[in-house]
Amino acid sequence: MSELPQQLANGLILGAMYGLIAIGYTMVYGIVQLINFAHGEIFMVGGFGALSVYLALPTGTSLALALPVMLLGGIAVSVLVGIAAERFAYRPLRGAPRLAPLITAIGLSIALQQAIWKWYPDGKQARVFPQFKGRALDILGATVQRGDLFVLIAAPLCMIALGFFVARTRSGRAMQATAQDPDTAKLMGINTDRIIVLAFAIGAAFAGVAAVAYGLRTGEVQFRMGFIMGLKAFTAAVLGGIGNIYGAMLGGVVLGIAEALATAYVEDIPGMQQFGGGAWKDVWAFVLLILVLLLRPQGLLGERVADRA
Amino acid sequence: MTALLEVEDLRVAYGKIEAVKGISFTVESGQVVTLIGTNGAGKTTTLRTLSGLLKPSSGKITFDGKPLTGVAAHKIVALGLAHSPEGRHLFPRLTIEENLQLGAFLRKDKDGIEKDIQRVYELFPILGERRKQASGTLSGGEQQMLAMGRALMSRPKLLMLDEPSMGLSPIMMKKIMETIRELREQGTTILLVEQNAQAALTLADHAHVMEIGRIALSGTGQHLLHDESVRKAYLGED
Ligand SMILES: Nc1ncnc2c1ncn2[C@@H]1O[C@H](COP(=O)(O)OP(=O)(O)OP(=O)(O)O)[C@@H](O)[C@H]1O
Ligand SMILES: [Mg+2]
Repeated sequence: MSELPQQLANGLILGAMYGLIAIGYTMVYGIVQLINFAHGEIFMVGGFGALSVYLALPTGTSLALALPVMLLGGIAVSVLVGIAAERFAYRPLRGAPRLAPLITAIGLSIALQQAIWKWYPDGKQARVFPQFKGRALDILGATVQRGDLFVLIAAPLCMIALGFFVARTRSGRAMQATAQDPDTAKLMGINTDRIIVLAFAIGAAFAGVAAVAYGLRTGEVQFRMGFIMGLKAFTAAVLGGIGNIYGAMLGGVVLGIAEALATAYVEDIPGMQQFGGGAWKDVWAFVLLILVLLLRPQGLLGERVADRA
Repeated sequence: MTALLEVEDLRVAYGKIEAVKGISFTVESGQVVTLIGTNGAGKTTTLRTLSGLLKPSSGKITFDGKPLTGVAAHKIVALGLAHSPEGRHLFPRLTIEENLQLGAFLRKDKDGIEKDIQRVYELFPILGERRKQASGTLSGGEQQMLAMGRALMSRPKLLMLDEPSMGLSPIMMKKIMETIRELREQGTTILLVEQNAQAALTLADHAHVMEIGRIALSGTGQHLLHDESVRKAYLGED
């Protein structure tokens, strides 16, 4: 049995990653009512983008110096793939039955996984991601690895920037208008195609940040990593109320903490010993999702469907 | 003088069903022109085509000397054509003021925009009092005022209003019609679609009666107001 502060810290770190990825699901859904199930792979390629940048730097470059460029590289790869997915996979299917983009997304996911598997050097195995050296830190009674500080700082900064963008800028206002009533947004002179691209790009950028966080935490990136992370982040987006950006982050954190607590404490509940530990954590995550959907179908911060335009 | 808006043999279809079957009409600068007609006649379809939300299957639309056919919807407002859609279509979770600002989305003159927002508040004082209220929580009449105000914010050469009196109380309807009259006196050109034929014809310089996708009858507002078939079909007389 571990201590509570430690479990909360673990959950928060994991949850912040889920939240960053969940933003991509929620923004795209909020604007085009499409679940981009290839988003997990957009996250995954960002990890390889960041790793490639690191490998291209002179050997011996300190990670602290390399990190900003790696971050840019990861974001750039995710954003490029995200924009290309919108342009070539989803845009031609606008107005098609909902099943069509869903199948396309699955195809795109497989294609991206296989592309890394086949063409990334040694992509068939997990590739080692650089790690911060040095002792772990002690924060409020929890041991936090140095690499994990990255997501604890990056996630709130990203949320503040996004909140400012949506509420205070012209493009952000146009994005709100497009989400609430796309045809009428066009009547205002808003180029809604551009706004859709922007939503994909922002979501992909956040996934790129999350991928760097993932690499720093786990010490590796691999072609399959987008699947379970994508699924969890999608769960977080639904949990928080799909379409709501703050809900996505809240859903991520709630999910991360719930998983950490379940992993640590379920086995202490009399009669539940066999359901404890890491092996069951995904199950508990989805149990939580089902509970929320039963008790509060619109998600934690979601609007009721009737309020939607 | 060439007309501000010229529509020539316009046809619009939803899939196989043709909703507008070859209509032609013009709107001169400074006029109020109205389209009236029963439910499903194709009035909304016509306006949505003019503002680029629907693509015509054939025909020609010329606005201010430029062809509109094939121009993307978001570029049409920049040419001076504003559309207040049927059912208001406000951005429900944005405030009154934010809705008005979106009406001026393409304008860059901050001071001018602020002045025009004040002008809308003068036209509809209740909107000024509630400027921070989410537009989705407004009453039907207030929403209609806001929809009109928002369309005016682009300083259009032509304002298209689709059923501004729909669902309003008689008092509210009167207020909206008075406003349209006021706007006309200030020189705004208006294309008005209305179910309330009496009110629309009273206001209009020119009127067209649409029936299942065609213009069945045209004339001055006064002329149609006294036309026997119109009185029977649209003004509820027998
Ligand atoms: N999205 C659509 N898909 C298929 N048919 C449509 C669609 N919108 C309208 N129609 C059909 O086109 C015809 C014209 O409709 P439109 O809305 O233009 O009529 P209207 O004159 O505005 O009627 P109302 O006075 O009831 O608003 C109707 O028969 C309608 O059923
Ligand atoms: Mg109509």
